[in-house]
Amino acid sequence: MKKWRCLVCDFVYDEAKGVPEEGIAPGTRWEDVPDSWTCPDCGAAKSDFVMEEID
Amino acid sequence: MTTATLSAPAWTDKKRYLWLLGIVVMGLPLYGYGLYLWTGLSLFFWTTPVIVYTLIPLFDRLIGEDESNPPDGIMAALAQEKYYRYVVFAAIPAQYLSFIGGTYLAVRGDLVWYQWLGLLVSVGMTSGLAINIGHELGHQTSKLERWLAKIALAPVMYGHFYVEHNRGHHVRVATPEDPATSRFGESFYEFLPRCVYGSIKSAWEIEKQRLEKQGKSVWSIENDNLQAWAITVALFAAVTAWLGWWALPFMIVQGAYGGSLLEVVNYLEHYGLRRQRKADGSYERCQPHHSWNSNHTATNIFLYHLQRHSDHHANPTRSFQTLRNFEGVPRLPNGYAGMIVVAYLPWLWFRVMDPKVVQHFGGDMSKANIKPSIRDRILAKYGSATA
Repeated sequence: MKKWRCLVCDFVYDEAKGVPEEGIAPGTRWEDVPDSWTCPDCGAAKSDFVMEEID
Repeated sequence: MTTATLSAPAWTDKKRYLWLLGIVVMGLPLYGYGLYLWTGLSLFFWTTPVIVYTLIPLFDRLIGEDESNPPDGIMAALAQEKYYRYVVFAAIPAQYLSFIGGTYLAVRGDLVWYQWLGLLVSVGMTSGLAINIGHELGHQTSKLERWLAKIALAPVMYGHFYVEHNRGHHVRVATPEDPATSRFGESFYEFLPRCVYGSIKSAWEIEKQRLEKQGKSVWSIENDNLQAWAITVALFAAVTAWLGWWALPFMIVQGAYGGSLLEVVNYLEHYGLRRQRKADGSYERCQPHHSWNSNHTATNIFLYHLQRHSDHHANPTRSFQTLRNFEGVPRLPNGYAGMIVVAYLPWLWFRVMDPKVVQHFGGDMSKANIKPSIRDRILAKYGSATA
């Protein structure tokens, strides 16, 4: 499971957690998140997310 | 594959070379001084504010609006084209020439007070306009551009904008929690202190949280606010060491005035607009109808399409040359340049803009972002639901 960070506002999409309130179930991999999905905090597009290193 | 693009209808960016005017504008205080030397007329010290406050709004009126968008097929290539990056980069040396040259003249130029004041407003104006350059660059993802953003923000003492704008304003835009979103019934003069104070406080807290998560102190050298402010301190110290103490008040006051220019633009970008809360209490996403837009050509050129503000909030990392006009979004009657003059006159602002806000919400002002002290009165006046 990976984490993806919004380049604009630092919101983190955690594949393990998903975003259940938006219909994205826990465990949804990033590539399976719809392309039309946007950052819940600032509205940035999916392409504005980058993989976040997890230590 | 690549040959396919050759058969596509040729599209040229009509504004391509006009973007160079962004560099020209940054030198205005110096051309004003040049015209003064040439003609002996002190009036020319005021060239910059006269152009921004009167000529650009006039051009917006005369030239009108450009609603055209680049075709979708060309967007990716257009966004990648280096030319547009360099046009923005090149405005920064011009900005610094005006700032340093202007401060030099203010201290050593042996000016009369009305010349000095004109120069102060002119230099402050270019510093304020440069926040727009810092804004464009601060949204990009490369290290170089993000550093240049901090450098563009240094003469105007607004380094915290780098933090607050992306991670504060873009998250809370068009909500009562956003210091940089003005409320219905709030004059510019009420908005200004609330926004300045709220933005600095928010920028500090955003960095504090980020650094604490990494187990670091807010006073760490990695604090983006401290880094950006440090450039201002170093710059002002160097100029003061060179020109003497009289440089310092000039730089500080021009910076304060420049900052107020950003805030007056903030004031009109989201006036009265509000995102609605969803059932779970969180706000709906920022949508095109949460920003005031303008397609007025003259202002759009010298503000790098900032007025295509809905697209900017929907796609914050989209670079200026690719920003699009949307149909059906809230639109201002003039460009931002003309509207800031209106914002300076609250009675006129309310007369022009309040009916537009009421119309936007179809009369249902319960959906608007209203100044808390007048909320009940406004709701009683318009009814909370006239449907």
